Amino acid sequence: MNWKSCLLALAASFTLALPVFAKDIKLAVTTSFHNSGLSDVLLPAIKEDLDLTVKLLVVGTGQALRLGQAGDVDAILVHSRQAEEAFLAAGYGTHRREIMYNDFVLIGPKDDPAGIQHAANATEALQKIAQSKQKFVSRGDDSGTHKKERALWKAADLADVSGQSWYRAAGAGMGATLNTASGMNAYVMADRASWLNFGNKGDLALLFAGDPVLFNQYAFIPVNPELHPHVKTALVEKLENWLTGAHAEQLISSYKINGELLFTFNAKP
Amino acid sequence: MKCWGFCRMNEITQGLYEAARLIFSLDSDLLEIVGLSLRVTLTAVVIASAIGLPLGAWLVINRFRFRRATIAVMNALMGLPPVVVGLLVYMLLSRSGPFGVLDLLFTPTAMIIAQVIIILPLIASISHQTIRDLWAEYHDLLISLGASRRQRIMALLWDGRRALLTAMLAGFGRGIGEVGAIMIVGGNIDHSTRVLTTAISLETGKGNFAFAMGLGFVLIGLAVAVNLLIHTLSRTERASVW
Repeated sequence: MNWKSCLLALAASFTLALPVFAKDIKLAVTTSFHNSGLSDVLLPAIKEDLDLTVKLLVVGTGQALRLGQAGDVDAILVHSRQAEEAFLAAGYGTHRREIMYNDFVLIGPKDDPAGIQHAANATEALQKIAQSKQKFVSRGDDSGTHKKERALWKAADLADVSGQSWYRAAGAGMGATLNTASGMNAYVMADRASWLNFGNKGDLALLFAGDPVLFNQYAFIPVNPELHPHVKTALVEKLENWLTGAHAEQLISSYKINGELLFTFNAKP
Repeated sequence: MKCWGFCRMNEITQGLYEAARLIFSLDSDLLEIVGLSLRVTLTAVVIASAIGLPLGAWLVINRFRFRRATIAVMNALMGLPPVVVGLLVYMLLSRSGPFGVLDLLFTPTAMIIAQVIIILPLIASISHQTIRDLWAEYHDLLISLGASRRQRIMALLWDGRRALLTAMLAGFGRGIGEVGAIMIVGGNIDHSTRVLTTAISLETGKGNFAFAMGLGFVLIGLAVAVNLLIHTLSRTERASVW
């Protein structure tokens, strides 16, 4: 009857695992960045070039900002300009470095009952959805994508959509929201990368894209070491230099899904 | 393409296929997350049992003022929402929290802490109820033998060991399938804190239903395997032992 001591020994060996002294930093990124699959290309290259392990925390923009504010990560990579500037103004980050952009697209049922396919711009597309009262699924989670979507409704003079019965706030991440839209056969706004990598498209199709207001800028913000002295500033700086450098540019500018380019590198040296 | 429900059936079958493929190819990423799932939950079960089993017995043989209230609270805490525990542990371990200097956030240790909190009330409650029944039987004997409090607890725990095993396995079941807490305190970091449940959540988010389902079957298989193993090792359900 020795299984209990076996279990104990097993558990002890688990808990007493050796601490790892490798160089690593924690970076909070948004789900949309991770869903694009670009991180699977960039992280191994960073490991090889800098011998640095980047631990990704894939969360919503709101949570990413909170993690940076609390000093639980060393840097953040997000896409919500207003929130980023508020973060900097409060002194939580040292500076904001633009890295690249991709774009948002409007997805909807293949037969496009609202007829947004030939809309002249994003504003007109949203107005058409509202006029035809077609179902629209929103992230509804205060993420960067959700903030962008609300700004677009506002620009279309439809700031009060959240009360409408056809407007459904999922309160979930990009993937879960796309799953919801796919299940309801509804319209939805997503970043192009998440859409292209999404495996449960159902009867949905990409209907509208290309309006410059839909561009989605990603920026890198190091957490302020004056507030959080434990932050690995030197490593963060190395990572920032790499992300804005030639190898990153080459990888980002050549990253394609189904033959489509996803990101435009626009970091200034 | 309309498929009237058959697509989904197909995805479940595909999930089974994915599970088989993952297991038989001994996929190294899969072994890593299975290993971490087991490491986190088994450690949490052992710690929670070390506290919860004696606590349950102690509550049986001692009479004190708030005993009834303590037991009621403990029973209620069995339904503790994991996501709330996760948030609480996150705030305690955050760099801006009281234990921030320990630098435990986003490590397996943080996940173990959260799971101990989730599992402990369950193990303590089941252990309490089991031992209460046993105590009714043993009360006169143990008192007349003049057993000390410590001896009484040890005797009750030893003689109730099979039922207590069930308490531990229930704790294991709650822990291994838990996602809300470990997602927050572990962060689902690849090659560091990713476990089966957080991986399933991630793949569902990407719309990779078949793969997520496959991981789900692996998780169920793992839970069955652990239960079978423990029952075999402890020789329950055998004619020779009750």
